[in-house]
Amino acid sequence: MASYPYLFLIPLLPLLSAAFYGVFGLKVHRRFGEKAVHWPAVLLPWGSFLVSAIGLVTLASLHGEHAALHQSVWSWIHIGALQVDLAFLMDPLSAVMAVVVSLVGSLIHVYSIGYMKGDRSYWRYFSYLNLFMFSMLVLVLADNFLFMFVGWEGVGLCSYLLIAFWYTDREKAAAGMKAFVVNRVGDYGFTVGLLVLFWGLLGVVGATSLNFHEVQQLVNAPGMADRLVQVGLPTAVCLLFFLGATGKSAQIPLYVWLPDAMAGPTPVSALIHAATMVTAGVYMVARVHFLFALSPTAMTVVAVVGALTALFAATIGLFQHDIKKVLAYSTVSQLGFMFMAVGVGAWWVGIFHLVTHAFFKACLFLGSGSVILGCHHEQDMRRLGGLGKLMPWTAASYLLSCFAIAGFPLFSGFFSKDEILWQTFDSATLLVPGTLLWGIGAVAALCTSFYMFRSYYLTFSGTYRGGAAQQQGTGEEAGHKMAAAKASGPDASPLGHPGQGHGHTLPRESPKNMTIVLAVLAFFAVVAGFVGLPHLWHLPNLFEHWLAPVFEAASQGLANAGYGAGVEWTLMAISVVIALAGFFLARWLYRDERNPIPRRLLEQGSPFIRGLHRVVYNKYYVDEAYQVAFVDRATGLASMLAWFDDHVVDGLVNLAGAIGRFFGRIQGAIDLYFVDGLVNLLARTFLVVGKQFRTIQTGRVQSYVYGVMAGSGLLIVILLLVV
Amino acid sequence: MTITVTHYLLISALLLGFGLYCVLTRRSAVAVLMGIELILNAANVNLVAFSRFTVGDIDGQLFALFGILLAAAEAAVALAIVLAVYRSISSVDVDDTSSMKG
Repeated sequence: MASYPYLFLIPLLPLLSAAFYGVFGLKVHRRFGEKAVHWPAVLLPWGSFLVSAIGLVTLASLHGEHAALHQSVWSWIHIGALQVDLAFLMDPLSAVMAVVVSLVGSLIHVYSIGYMKGDRSYWRYFSYLNLFMFSMLVLVLADNFLFMFVGWEGVGLCSYLLIAFWYTDREKAAAGMKAFVVNRVGDYGFTVGLLVLFWGLLGVVGATSLNFHEVQQLVNAPGMADRLVQVGLPTAVCLLFFLGATGKSAQIPLYVWLPDAMAGPTPVSALIHAATMVTAGVYMVARVHFLFALSPTAMTVVAVVGALTALFAATIGLFQHDIKKVLAYSTVSQLGFMFMAVGVGAWWVGIFHLVTHAFFKACLFLGSGSVILGCHHEQDMRRLGGLGKLMPWTAASYLLSCFAIAGFPLFSGFFSKDEILWQTFDSATLLVPGTLLWGIGAVAALCTSFYMFRSYYLTFSGTYRGGAAQQQGTGEEAGHKMAAAKASGPDASPLGHPGQGHGHTLPRESPKNMTIVLAVLAFFAVVAGFVGLPHLWHLPNLFEHWLAPVFEAASQGLANAGYGAGVEWTLMAISVVIALAGFFLARWLYRDERNPIPRRLLEQGSPFIRGLHRVVYNKYYVDEAYQVAFVDRATGLASMLAWFDDHVVDGLVNLAGAIGRFFGRIQGAIDLYFVDGLVNLLARTFLVVGKQFRTIQTGRVQSYVYGVMAGSGLLIVILLLVV
Repeated sequence: MTITVTHYLLISALLLGFGLYCVLTRRSAVAVLMGIELILNAANVNLVAFSRFTVGDIDGQLFALFGILLAAAEAAVALAIVLAVYRSISSVDVDDTSSMKG
């Protein structure tokens, strides 16, 4: 492992800016305006990207099995067997992650300049966003579990802060809290997994560590793997880790927070809730792949959960009206694909899809952000439409990204998704047949293609249906949403662009810094796939080769079904057909809103179809089920505990208080009647005596003279008697 | 009959008695002052008599001179105070000068 003294700069640069604007942001913003906020806040992440890219190049020049850059900043915790350093590791895997995170992150920083323009908390936004960059880069560059956990929690915190960014809106604040609480359930699994791993290794192997490489060496030591499997340690640890991953990466059963997370500013949705943070779970599974490789059970769970999530979320996405909700469910679904990949042991494919997804999903989200900004914060696709002519850049980049996510040949998503489906089909490691998972994935891919083009045609084709004149109220909750958007007021939403009134002007293209970012991301969305060409084409697969040093050892133990090239060609053809089918179906149904079938189906269709639509539209009532199953239970438990607190605990406390008061009373009485009595007695004595003596003081000189005479007489008598 | 120190002492005792009587009975501040003069002079007579008849030097007589001098000064100050009291409360009755009584 080569030492590389600049790794710490990668997370440090955004942290500097985050800390500075966290402390002085308001003053800087008020005094010097927005430019003073966004210039440093945007440039420092670019610095991170530069350092990461240099690191990547340096890494590429190294050879050998364990090519990695390493930097230990300082010793953090050294207690007995627990040896943890604040150390950064850049191996091929984390290099890819760092470069993608810093590149997409920096681009989205640039985009945010336009999107957040005029927001009164501009400085706060950039401070949070920089803090997120720091946490995410710590997460991917940490060289041990504990330091990674710091980043893991940091991104969760930033996610919470940014979802609830417009916290004056109750709904948005609640969405932030939901994300935080649901993530906490996952974090619990991660933490317990860490402890089990740490103590389990100490018990079984006799030595332990939290450092990725050292753990890998311990596990891979001759004969160790069997002993670990015998006690079931890999399965337990991996399932716990995967619980953490389901929280962070929004998989069943913990995916519910991600759709609500769309309450945050759209660039945040793009960066955190699509491109980077939610992929942390995939990264983590890839990071500990050597443990997963030992447990077919855990791998099966990962792959099945991934496949089910992919299908489940994709079907919900079919009927959503909110453009961001469509993208949110699409993200959940795509993350499912990634877990499918890492579940079947095709870790490099999972990371590959993570990278391509980061580009096209960020582009889609930023495109929707551009639409939302142009249409005065309208997110309901029923009131968009016709934007293709008005916002050509946005429309073009959105369409290209749709092609990418749907998996059209030669677009990036094609290479990664097709590889996932093929690897799943071909896998024989799992406890369930890979073909079954392939089937689920294929249906999900069909849904993906359909809903993405549906969103494209609803938004960009036909005529503009927005504006104040056309609020005929297409649905009850749509009207509610509109009212909520209006009620949120000027300080709750980033209504930029002075001079652009509500609803009366046509939408227009977003400012240049946003469209350029869209163009760059769309470019990557199209070409990023070429680094991972399929074997079938007999062209070099750069991506797999790049990650091979990380994954090679573990993937040798996995079994393939060994289908031939003919099957692979067939599957590839099916993938293409699926993508095209979704595309043409959506085009036929939704292009220019000329086709009456969707509406007629909903209005006059059979009760079954309408019922199905209602269930899917309402997200299978999962939120409601969770409400009944967990939230109500939790609040019930809470009120029970509150009762306990009110009556039992408070009763005890009150009893103690009463006893104290009782003794206090007694002491008070003693003080009042005994101690004070003595003092008063003394005082009263003086008072009485003084009263008596006062009578002597008559003020008459002559009576004093009588006194003098009497005294002298007395003295004379005494003298005579004595002498 | 020769005059001895006893006679002087008798005179002096009489003067003291009259003076005391005057001080104790009279209400007027001026009268009280006069009584005090008598008492002082009784003391003076005593001093001179003892000086003449028993000691033999003139220290006692000198002391009497000082006493007379002091009496004059005292009378001047006291009368000035009486005058000021009269101006203030239009009376020289010693019972009326009680505004400082506690």
